[in-house]
Amino acid sequence: MDIGILVKEGPYNHQASDTAYKFAKAAMKKGHRIDAVFFYNDGVNNASKDMDPPQDDRHIGNRWVELCQKDKIPMMVCIAAAKRRGIVDDVLIDCGEITGLGNFTDIAIRNDRLMIFGD
Amino acid sequence: MEDDEIVKKIMHVMRKAPHGTIYTYEGLEMVLIMAAYDQDISVAFIDDGVYALKIGQNTEGIEMKGFAKTFGALDGYDVEKLYVDQISLEERGLTEDDLVVDVEILSSAEIGKLMTEQDVVVHH
Amino acid sequence: MLHTINKSPFGNSSFETSARFLQPGDPVLFIEDGVYAVQANNKFSAALNEILKNNPVYALGPDLNARGIAEITAGVKSIEYEGFVELVEEHQVNSWL
Repeated sequence: MDIGILVKEGPYNHQASDTAYKFAKAAMKKGHRIDAVFFYNDGVNNASKDMDPPQDDRHIGNRWVELCQKDKIPMMVCIAAAKRRGIVDDVLIDCGEITGLGNFTDIAIRNDRLMIFGD
Repeated sequence: MEDDEIVKKIMHVMRKAPHGTIYTYEGLEMVLIMAAYDQDISVAFIDDGVYALKIGQNTEGIEMKGFAKTFGALDGYDVEKLYVDQISLEERGLTEDDLVVDVEILSSAEIGKLMTEQDVVVHH
Repeated sequence: MLHTINKSPFGNSSFETSARFLQPGDPVLFIEDGVYAVQANNKFSAALNEILKNNPVYALGPDLNARGIAEITAGVKSIEYEGFVELVEEHQVNSWL
């Protein structure tokens, strides 16, 4: 199955980023393909490269980079939501890409499932 | 558009009040973009989401963009299926006359049935 | 259609509201703070039992464990992320946020 993922809340502030990551890993383990992760609302903060959590905590930014580099999953950030919140190219995680809601529409259309995490 | 032969049923659900948080506004932005993609789009207003349609909103004093009128203009974007949950409206002491736009007022069970017919449901 | 609920029923109406929209047979999955709904003998147990008459109900085990919820309402099944994926394989998804 092809699955798109939408994350609507920021990292650490909300469990959404964690649940989305765990779900993506479990889905891939069962042979499904994650087509893309799209960040919307405060979810765009997931794409900030400057996260620096305490060493004994999970690093959410690195998780997205891992999914992108190892599993080739595009990490897409909504431009309108990102601009409002000061998320610009200079602060993006490796392989994060700022894009439009049109791309999200394509994700919603072309996949078998759209998984949404957040508030 | 690469997928223009596919028409999917996509329902947006507004369940939050309009100005205290940005969800409904950014949800509306998403609806407007999706409207350009020739999909079968509907919007359901449930719980505090019905407040987004209330007449008489004046956001001047809080310096936020008012967007009730945009909901009222969605038919101009070919988004004509606006559903309001009857119980949510009644619970808030509102009637159809309190809303900025013509909507279809449905029971929760009717909206629930429409939900099961969707390819995608997006809550905002 | 799979309904997921991620808010505590004590602080958000998503549990009570979504119950009105469920179609018979639709599975319901509680995740994140939503799992507080299935703790045995709470204020929402009666409402949950009503849902259980017509709908299969699941809760995400890792979220139950994280919150120290050991006793869950009879009939609710605890599943892992793998089980979450299996539900998504079988159903379109309606995430009540």
